[in-house]
Amino acid sequence: MKILVAVKRVIDYNVKVRVKADQSDVDLSNVKMALNPFCEIAVEEAVRLKEQGTAEEVVVVSIGPKSCQEQIRTALALGADRGIHVETDEMPDSLAVAKILNKLVAEEAPQLVILGKQSIDSDNNQTGQMLAALSDMPQGTFASEVKVDGDKVEVTREVDGGLQTLALSLPAIVTTDLRLNTPRYASLPNIMKAKRKPLDVKTPADLGVETGSKISVLKVESPAERSAGIKVADVAELVEKLKNEAKVL
Amino acid sequence: MSILVVADHDNKALNPATLKTLTAAQAMGDDIHVLVAGENCADVANEVAKAAGVSKVLLADNAAYGHQLAENLSALVVSLGKSYSHIVASATTTGKNFMPRVAVLLDVAQVSDIIAVESADTFKRPIYAGNAIATVKCDEAIKVITVRSTAFDAVAAEGGSATVESIDDVFASDKVTFVGEQVAASERPDLSAARVVISGGRGMQNGENFALLEKVADKLGAAIGASRAAVDAGFVPNDMQVGQTGKIVAPELYIAVGISGAIQHLAGMKDSKVIVAINKDEEAPIFSVADYGLVADLFEALPELEKALS
Ligand SMILES: Cc1cc2nc3c(=O)[nH]c(=O)nc-3n(C[C@H](O)[C@H](O)[C@H](O)COP(=O)(O)OP(=O)(O)OC[C@H]3O[C@@H](n4cnc5c(N)ncnc54)[C@H](O)[C@@H]3O)c2cc1C
Ligand SMILES: Nc1ncnc2c1ncn2[C@@H]1O[C@H](COP(=O)(O)O)[C@@H](O)[C@H]1O
Repeated sequence: MKILVAVKRVIDYNVKVRVKADQSDVDLSNVKMALNPFCEIAVEEAVRLKEQGTAEEVVVVSIGPKSCQEQIRTALALGADRGIHVETDEMPDSLAVAKILNKLVAEEAPQLVILGKQSIDSDNNQTGQMLAALSDMPQGTFASEVKVDGDKVEVTREVDGGLQTLALSLPAIVTTDLRLNTPRYASLPNIMKAKRKPLDVKTPADLGVETGSKISVLKVESPAERSAGIKVADVAELVEKLKNEAKVL
Repeated sequence: MSILVVADHDNKALNPATLKTLTAAQAMGDDIHVLVAGENCADVANEVAKAAGVSKVLLADNAAYGHQLAENLSALVVSLGKSYSHIVASATTTGKNFMPRVAVLLDVAQVSDIIAVESADTFKRPIYAGNAIATVKCDEAIKVITVRSTAFDAVAAEGGSATVESIDDVFASDKVTFVGEQVAASERPDLSAARVVISGGRGMQNGENFALLEKVADKLGAAIGASRAAVDAGFVPNDMQVGQTGKIVAPELYIAVGISGAIQHLAGMKDSKVIVAINKDEEAPIFSVADYGLVADLFEALPELEKALS
């Protein structure tokens, strides 16, 4: 089967962002960018399914500015076969991304589409669910285990109360949670090889999708900082402070 | 126009997060309807009908909704939702699962995980693991919104007297079937709603050592949480993870034990009222958000703490 994986370029998860002085946005100049960690897990899962012989082809797609091609190359170095870049100057919102992905799903006809559960920049957690509804495929979100079995996929999901397992008929949508797998590191030869793998470039207009958003950001602020407290000498002092100062015991 | 709140529940009882989400909904408008979709869930409908400020409860009681499958629940909500100005749910794993489908089927964008309501169309929400707070304006005709319940107080659970109306429409996708679930059974208070939370990290070394935390938790009536590292290492199950991509908690007292304080962990607990950190590394970033920091070996500090609380 063919697997389509959606990957997003985001700030590296180790970087602590700062808000711009004019409160228009966060400052992304000169910060390290990377593959969204959940998308890395999505690529890894697809590549493993290929290595097990379940999948024949892994196609990765990223939507956004030209720089997204770096993350597509990263995914190709991890083992994906070919890339599609849908180029737009701005990062579109989840609704537009889902619409674009839906057009690509119609073109590529994958049996499985794997996305991250959440972008670590917007923290939206929307796109996979939206794509599932648009493409009328069943969804297995927040997956910690994925088992393809004939024309079905069994997905174990991380939910608030524990774990839930669903059986979905293929084609289906899966979004990844952190425990699904541990992504590999790309080897140098694979990074070199990735440079020669095919990468198609399209625009949202080619796919007939409008990318404007009805959600506008009025302001971006820093959160209220907690002032660092005090160090206590021992457990006795801790309990005394919690009782008499903080009054929480 | 009215607001539709979709209740979060387990067919037996209402998730307290819904009472908090009702507070957020009341800041958007005043005629509030609540949908309770589930299987044998009439008790939940009767419970929510008593909540302050609810004018009508819609009860969809059918096996198709028993496991809150997103395909079925979103189809139901969309069929009911077209005449509402806002459709609102808690940002629980259920809410996160079905609400984006509701949005896209109505062809509107969704605003996720709001922490404040500025006006009927303007909301605040954390981005970048809570390192920035965005104020966003939503110009969609129907506003589809999930609510971070820890940011709102609960409405009164008693005092209202809404009517309960049955909805007979059944939406049942044949593309998905429920196979099973592993529900963590615990006598402890629910992590998201507990007054006190004590969490362990990689410093706990293994699952057995969580017994040390349990003994302290017993004394405090606390829920037990964990860092991602502790969950990934298999010390404890996934539903205990606190953080950006786990559960968000904001208890009166949060005690972090053997947790370094990565931004993804802080994102899930830094709105707690009082934070205590126990860590043997005095440079650990967790101390920068802790009201009370104790630099100590947790294997000595926890038994002492248990004794001091007796
Ligand atoms: C996409 C993404 C999402 C993530 N989401 C989350 C999330 O939701 N929640 C989350 O928690 N993390 C999350 N993380 C992981 C996060 O970045 C950190 O790796 C994790 O929080 C570290 O856990 P820890 O503090 O337990 O472990 P460590 O960072 O290893 O810290 C262990 C601490 O224990 C202390 N210690 C060790 N032994 C003792 C002792 N005997 N006594 C006292 N102290 C001791 C050490 O000094 C150290 O500070 C996420 C990461 C990514 C990439
Ligand atoms: N611009 C994008 N390009 C490709 N994939 C995306 C993009 N935005 C979101 N996604 C996918 O959708 C997932 C969830 O994103 P979100 O709904 O924004 O939290 C991500 O992990 C990606 O798999």
